[in-house]
Amino acid sequence: MEAPGATEGLGEGGAGGGGEAGADFGACRDEEFERYSRQMIVPGVGREGQLRLIYSRILIIGAGGLGCPAAQYVAGAGVGTIGIVDGDVVEMSNLHRQVGHATSRLGMKKVDSLISHLRDINPLPAYVPYTFPVTPENAADIISGYDLVMDCTDNPTTRYLISDVCVLLCKPLVSAASVQKSGQLIVLNCPPTPQGRVDGKYAPCYRCCFKKPPPPSSMVSCGEAGIMGPVVGLMGVAQAGEAIKILISSLHLPQPSPPPSFPPLADQNLIQPTLLIYTYDLSSAIGPYSFRPLKMSPRKKTCFACGENSPSTLTLEGIKSGTPNYEQFCALPVPKHTLPSEERISARVFHDMREKGEIGRHVLIDTREKEHFSFGSIEGAVNVPFGRLLMRAAEVKRDGGDESGMLPGVVDGDAPIFVVCRRGLDSQEAVEKLKELGVDKGGRRRIMDIAGGMNAWKEEVDPSFPFV
Amino acid sequence: MASSVEGPQIPISVDFSGGLEMLFSNQRRHSLSIAANDKDGNPSTIAFLIDHLCKNLMKDPRSELFVLDGHIRPGILVLINDADWELEGEEEYELKAGDNVLFVSTLHGG
Ligand SMILES: [Zn+2]
Repeated sequence: MEAPGATEGLGEGGAGGGGEAGADFGACRDEEFERYSRQMIVPGVGREGQLRLIYSRILIIGAGGLGCPAAQYVAGAGVGTIGIVDGDVVEMSNLHRQVGHATSRLGMKKVDSLISHLRDINPLPAYVPYTFPVTPENAADIISGYDLVMDCTDNPTTRYLISDVCVLLCKPLVSAASVQKSGQLIVLNCPPTPQGRVDGKYAPCYRCCFKKPPPPSSMVSCGEAGIMGPVVGLMGVAQAGEAIKILISSLHLPQPSPPPSFPPLADQNLIQPTLLIYTYDLSSAIGPYSFRPLKMSPRKKTCFACGENSPSTLTLEGIKSGTPNYEQFCALPVPKHTLPSEERISARVFHDMREKGEIGRHVLIDTREKEHFSFGSIEGAVNVPFGRLLMRAAEVKRDGGDESGMLPGVVDGDAPIFVVCRRGLDSQEAVEKLKELGVDKGGRRRIMDIAGGMNAWKEEVDPSFPFV
Repeated sequence: MASSVEGPQIPISVDFSGGLEMLFSNQRRHSLSIAANDKDGNPSTIAFLIDHLCKNLMKDPRSELFVLDGHIRPGILVLINDADWELEGEEEYELKAGDNVLFVSTLHGG
């Protein structure tokens, strides 16, 4: 390729020079020009912007639905060092959205699978694999080697941990999340400001925006609620865009720390913190798609991680030795209900008694969502999704009436009722609700929970059942 | 939906996102008319609106997914005209005609 200046090589001069990445790039300078030319001619990038990318190090935590598309664009753009952290292996149910993996790499560590794909896109960057999950013990050691962090994880515990370490190490954090048909994106801690500094308007951290995690009962994961590939993909791509912009504009460099007598930094140093929410829907009746930028507050004086007194509440040594306790802060779900054993029946026993005709005429209610039900159900089951059952129960309680309004298609009389759900939690609550409303006719009619739900049915009765 | 309180009403819109729409008839935007003043004659605030939504608009009985101990549950952001309600006075903010209030559930998947 004959471009002016090509013979100088991209890796020489400017942006610090030298360095391991620079030496690698020296050998293929023509390829670099050709490879990056279309983004280098975009106003605001240029040779200098490209050099900044080449000398930058990005850490992508999570090699899933967000991490795959994010990594593709970060690698394609020529970021010099790309670290990827994930302990999982590639599964079939990942492939509809995790575009950095492939059917031929099922069972491989996600990090290795994604890096093999990225090398195919661009062999020039240095790829650093971390084939284990990020933990309070290893987070600071890993993150300290990078200029910018992308949070592509899937749980609140890790999100709070990553943000806290980024505050302490002065690293900008590009964070995204997505479930079902919604996505969210926010740039945090950028430009980074030392912990505890509150004499002006500074960028917020994850805790400034999301002080407390939602209670576990209200949390849903992609595995439970489902996820549309293009929705999470868009969020991952947008993360890459923000990360590239930050590095090209050198916004990742920490704010200078003037002496206390120095006047506070002007407001223009704050980039308006913005949470972007993307909403998509499969039914046009619900509404059109939308991207909505929301104006968030700057760093909060009272923030546990970055506020005025935070140096006394959050330290790297503390995190390593278990303070704060992230698992406890984002407590894992605990079963809300445990019915007495006489109101529960195992999937195996229910199946066997039914086969032998020992149960007789009965009603079987399946409280899973109709999409789950559509994969398969126990013969004769009636689908009454849990939310609908609760709503009808509340109506019956308020307006009077009987269970026929609550459970459509359920025969009258005293035939026993069995309730099954996905994993055996909702069904127990449903049994309690039905009894509360007198459906058990003062104990004359039996209402029982199938313990462990369809998950147990698959394990104990029918291994070929398509449980999702 | 008209509020049961007599007196002047103000038109506002309320949006739900991040899954919260499921608690409100699976509808993302609701155009409402709410009382301009509460029963004590004070201007209606966000706290008044939240109570109104629970009593009149939420069909799903799982109110704990929206409020806990009388306040918005952790993990829900409230935005007044697309700005974090902390910039506007949180629950004390006095509603004006044409205001938009957005409730967003924080997502964690990825
Ligand atoms: Zn903070």
